Amino acid sequence: MSDNAPNTTHTIQLTLKPGQHDGDGQRVAEAAARHLGLKTGRVRSAALYTVRYPLSETQLHEFATRCLADPVLHDVRLNELTAAEGFAAYILVARRPGVTDDEGTSAQNALADILNEPLDIHTQHIFSKRLYLLENDLPAEDLRRIAEELLGNKLINWLEVGRVADGIRDYTPRPGGGAEAITEIIKLTDRSDAELVQLSKDNIYALSLEEMRAVRDYFAAAETQAERKAAGLPAAPTDCELEIIAQTWSEHCKHKEFSALINYKDLETGEEKQVDSLFKTYIKNATSEVDRQLRANGNDWLIKVFSDNAGAVRINPDSLFVWKVETHNSPSAIDPYGGAITGILGNNRDPLATGIGGAQLLFNTNVLCFGNPEYDGPLLTGQLHPRRILEGVRKGIEDGGNKSGVPTVNGAIVFDDRYAGKPLVYCGTGAVMPMQFAGKDSWEKIIDAGDRIIMAGGRVGKDGIHGATFSSIELDETAPATAVQIGSPITQKLAMDFLMLASRRGLLKCSTDNGAGGLSSSVGELAGISGGAVVELERVPLKYPGLRPWEIFVSESQERFTLVVEPGKMTELLALGQEMEVELTDIGHFTADGFLDVRFDGAPVARLNMDFLHEGVPRKILEAEWTKPAAAEPEIPATADYTATLGQLLGSLNICSRESIIRQYDHEVKGRTIVKPLMGATGQAPQDAAVVRFNFESWEGVAVSNGILPRYGDLDAYDMSAGSFDEAVRQIIAVGGKLPNLTPGDGIFWSVNDNFCVPDSVYDPTTNPDGKQKLAKLVRMCEALRDATAAYCIPLTSGKDSMKNDFKADGVKISVPPTVLYSMTAKMEDVRRAITSDFKQADDVVYLLGETHDELGGSEFYALHGQLGANVPKVDFEKAKALYTLVGQANDQNLIQSCHDLSDGGLAVALAECTFGYNCGASIDLPETGLALPTQLFSESHSRFLATVAPEDVVAFEQLLGRRATRLGIVTKEVRLVVRHGGREVISADTDVLRSLWTNGPVNKLLGVVSKENLSHSNSL
Amino acid sequence: MVQEATQAAHKVQSEAQTQVSAPTGTVRALILTGFGINCEEEFAAAYRMAGAEPTIVHLNQVLHGQVSIHDFDTLNFPGGFSFGDDLGSGVVLANKLRYRQTGAGGRTLLDDIKQFIADGKFVLGICNGFQVLVKLGLLPNLSGEVTPEVTLTHNASGRYEDRWVTLRVNPKASTPFLKGIDTLEVPVRHGEGRLVIPDAAIQQRIEAGGLNCLSYLDANGDGTNVYPFNPNGAALNCAGLTDPTGQVFGLMPHPEAFLSAYNHPDWARRRRQNPTASEEGEGLRIFKNIVEHIAHSRTAAVAAAELATQR
Repeated sequence: MSDNAPNTTHTIQLTLKPGQHDGDGQRVAEAAARHLGLKTGRVRSAALYTVRYPLSETQLHEFATRCLADPVLHDVRLNELTAAEGFAAYILVARRPGVTDDEGTSAQNALADILNEPLDIHTQHIFSKRLYLLENDLPAEDLRRIAEELLGNKLINWLEVGRVADGIRDYTPRPGGGAEAITEIIKLTDRSDAELVQLSKDNIYALSLEEMRAVRDYFAAAETQAERKAAGLPAAPTDCELEIIAQTWSEHCKHKEFSALINYKDLETGEEKQVDSLFKTYIKNATSEVDRQLRANGNDWLIKVFSDNAGAVRINPDSLFVWKVETHNSPSAIDPYGGAITGILGNNRDPLATGIGGAQLLFNTNVLCFGNPEYDGPLLTGQLHPRRILEGVRKGIEDGGNKSGVPTVNGAIVFDDRYAGKPLVYCGTGAVMPMQFAGKDSWEKIIDAGDRIIMAGGRVGKDGIHGATFSSIELDETAPATAVQIGSPITQKLAMDFLMLASRRGLLKCSTDNGAGGLSSSVGELAGISGGAVVELERVPLKYPGLRPWEIFVSESQERFTLVVEPGKMTELLALGQEMEVELTDIGHFTADGFLDVRFDGAPVARLNMDFLHEGVPRKILEAEWTKPAAAEPEIPATADYTATLGQLLGSLNICSRESIIRQYDHEVKGRTIVKPLMGATGQAPQDAAVVRFNFESWEGVAVSNGILPRYGDLDAYDMSAGSFDEAVRQIIAVGGKLPNLTPGDGIFWSVNDNFCVPDSVYDPTTNPDGKQKLAKLVRMCEALRDATAAYCIPLTSGKDSMKNDFKADGVKISVPPTVLYSMTAKMEDVRRAITSDFKQADDVVYLLGETHDELGGSEFYALHGQLGANVPKVDFEKAKALYTLVGQANDQNLIQSCHDLSDGGLAVALAECTFGYNCGASIDLPETGLALPTQLFSESHSRFLATVAPEDVVAFEQLLGRRATRLGIVTKEVRLVVRHGGREVISADTDVLRSLWTNGPVNKLLGVVSKENLSHSNSL
Repeated sequence: MVQEATQAAHKVQSEAQTQVSAPTGTVRALILTGFGINCEEEFAAAYRMAGAEPTIVHLNQVLHGQVSIHDFDTLNFPGGFSFGDDLGSGVVLANKLRYRQTGAGGRTLLDDIKQFIADGKFVLGICNGFQVLVKLGLLPNLSGEVTPEVTLTHNASGRYEDRWVTLRVNPKASTPFLKGIDTLEVPVRHGEGRLVIPDAAIQQRIEAGGLNCLSYLDANGDGTNVYPFNPNGAALNCAGLTDPTGQVFGLMPHPEAFLSAYNHPDWARRRRQNPTASEEGEGLRIFKNIVEHIAHSRTAAVAAAELATQR
């Protein structure tokens, strides 16, 4: 081909120059050997780009060598797919059609710059791929294992493998195709019950028979028929209408089980009661009561609860703190990376699009529940190995947070085999919003008829169709590929920057995010405010052609916001969008006629009565029955020395260091993180709660904590929920936070999100025979939540429930244990007064605060012996509140030098962890309390702290805390932890050895990050 | 009071131009943002605390000619993930500065930056911003041709990491940014910070000029290639570079993330030991240095001019 006749498809291959370190290739070789037992020999990686722009040979060469290749690192090959000498096999990793390709898009940007031409960069013309060359001539099935288990995911990647000698097969996606603009009519009237159920299943509506009947009856009603005739719609529903109803009525969006009428029986006491909506009874009403108490005491900081994308509380007269935590479990089960990154980016969009929109994101948190990553048994069809899920989710959170410039300030990981089917991925985001934008109250969502509907951000493709309905059913081996989405943090960052500026210039009336259910949900919900909307779907920009109208409307393609804009502000808004390179599209307007009206090229696609859409879902009636699980305390032989036990606990999966994961998250971008996950001179002292200041001008900030204790739920779901709540509260108290409402008008806000993740709890005699017991557990969890909020006067501001966390394949069902996460935030008046967990100075006096009970049930100590026990830790809210109040007073007087809450592993583990901050030790004498030694050391009784006090403050501290503080000993210069009981040493170990056991635990080992010596990872000693 | 950084930050054209008439003597810092840059706010805070007047501007406002870099004293490239870093850190942004034509006659922003430096002004790049300066060839720029001479690539560990390191200033370095600083503690937060120098000749010239201005230290205070003290395996244990003029300076670690003493992981113990120590973070020194240098040179110039008129 001559230079003058540009070719339209090109391939650019970048290989590392000889001598350059090929980290990617080396990792593949190591992982293949370690996880799959395959010997690959040397592995060399290369980047491939397929370019579908017409370019001359010269342009192609310039583009490849100047834009894509690094002159120091890379050799370039153009339009040839060959391997270097000495490599026998290859694996090519491409993307399937329509999967987000940020790298390709970046290359398109670069091409536009070097050509100085405006190119279409919104649709994909450059496709990025990776090519791996393997030295050893492995058989195709081994190559495929490496490809599928280490390099890609069949649902999103196209994988080619083979022998180099047979030629390297390339693959470039061609998305699109299929029918366009077709709207089908689906008759319901002549279908039997069985056929209705089948239709719901076939089309992933996830609607029950009763719900399908309600839909059928709505369309059959004479009034509906008359309206439809007048509006030019067919008598029977369209595919789009059924999809809209399915999204809107999905468990994910409608929380039908939390709103259900529940008949609850306690089989032990014989008590029977009816719960009229868990949400209303235990969450909403409880918060209303808390708000009443707060306001009565001059604390009127609770601004917006449950009614928007995130909850909002007032920081000071000028600004609001916005807080939201959500889960993204089902997507993370089938595509861990994509599921987690869309989880974090999606959750970011909630505070961003609260009220008018445009809050400034302050931090992220994440709490993850996984199966045992060291599991070596067989996997079910479609089940991913827990290690892969962990690694994928971790990477998703890394990219989602780091690339958005939002620090990941804290988190937790819980391991339990029952999360091996569906992991739990909780993502939290805190943000700050001014009280007013351009003179309007920022938290309000006001919409009037005539306001324009603007879609902002990414384009629409087939990705993520049916996410909302898919997550509302149990997961099985037939998970649809379209339910997967890949996030594009860069697209969202641009949209976020735009939103912040647009809101501050007064260009937005309000906004919401496009998450589950896509436009169908976002426009559907907003239309509820004005009373209707008209959407013109042909205007929606697509990633590629070939989407049907209903697909456009329900697609969950990521990084999109729906903006509400007054017509007069459109010109200025569009100009700003163009300046900041954010695509904005006017797709319709709001009305007040009571209908959601969707059209394509003027032809009606859907027209639904808003009342029916939002209120028409039939109410569920569910059965719950509680029987206390049979449990007994085990006999564990006593020993004289518990040093080895402490070492085992420090190295156990649920206690060991997560440093390798924590350090791959940026926890200090924005420069405002004051208490990070790991602190101290060593950078290895684990902390209880994060502390972040709001800005550089004041010392006001927020403390952030997480409470989650699923294994206690095996003994009593009430105590599990109460304990989780207390855990999150005491973590904030430990870092120097104060309970709310202790003094009139003190303005110390608390904002809590509850996130319930439970297995299918709807009784069915064949498919879910223990459903009543599961639902009873949920009821008890909610009861504890109500009691806790009342006791501490701490309000819930937002939350979420995920009801179908089961994985079913090959006739086996793996269900998560009923789990609740309480994500707490509380105002810190002065972050400089924050308290960290690590011991600070020799001769400081060590105290145990709070009461220890014979409560080893569900403890890590029992788990070490393969036991569950019976005596689950219980919270005494009254005593806890009294202690927390006193700790706050002690902090007011600067009496506490370090404070660590007691949790997994009890006192012994806390003592060890407190020595990890710098080279010190402790000399401890346990008192005679009547409790057995292992109980004193390892009981996980709630509401306790390990605190140190400077010698000169001991008198004042003991006077203040009285009998609530038990003096245990002192911090020592000598780097040994010595614990004595009854005059004899029961633990004696070098603290750097203990730290080494903790840092070289299974999590850091799994990620290949093991410190060779027990050295500090920082040199600031 | 929560300061509306974004509002204060993004200046529209007219506002940005009024900056020009700021009181004489005020040092003006232009901080670029947009397209995935994400450390602009703490960068601006650093300049503000150092007594300068920072202005955050979207890169497109500069590319489209609404804001001129020549109205400012320093040009700053913050950290982040410009264009997602998908083609290698900083590559797409560098490419845009080099090739995107901003004015008549094929003028690019790089042409303006060259002029800016020739005028004796200062350029600072941190993390992703440093990567941009290296990929552009503004660092180390031994040849003066602004072509890439070295590169920054994936850490030897293969991982992104956030951890604190200790740096030593090369006594041979001659840049006002580092004046009077011996060692410095700062966090690194990157996945592609390993400096690769393609040949011995370039390395020799970098060393001879003292352009490798910052090196990673171990616990004994020696330069080190041992992980994690040297977090990425950089050649020459090098954490930062200047050009031969000392006016262009870039580094992988984040001094703008250590503006307050309370950013340090061990702040609580340190303040216990020394309760009256300054509440300022060590990272602020770099910004104070450059602001003082510019203000001082300006006063000196004014004094010289006055002296000249008096004669």
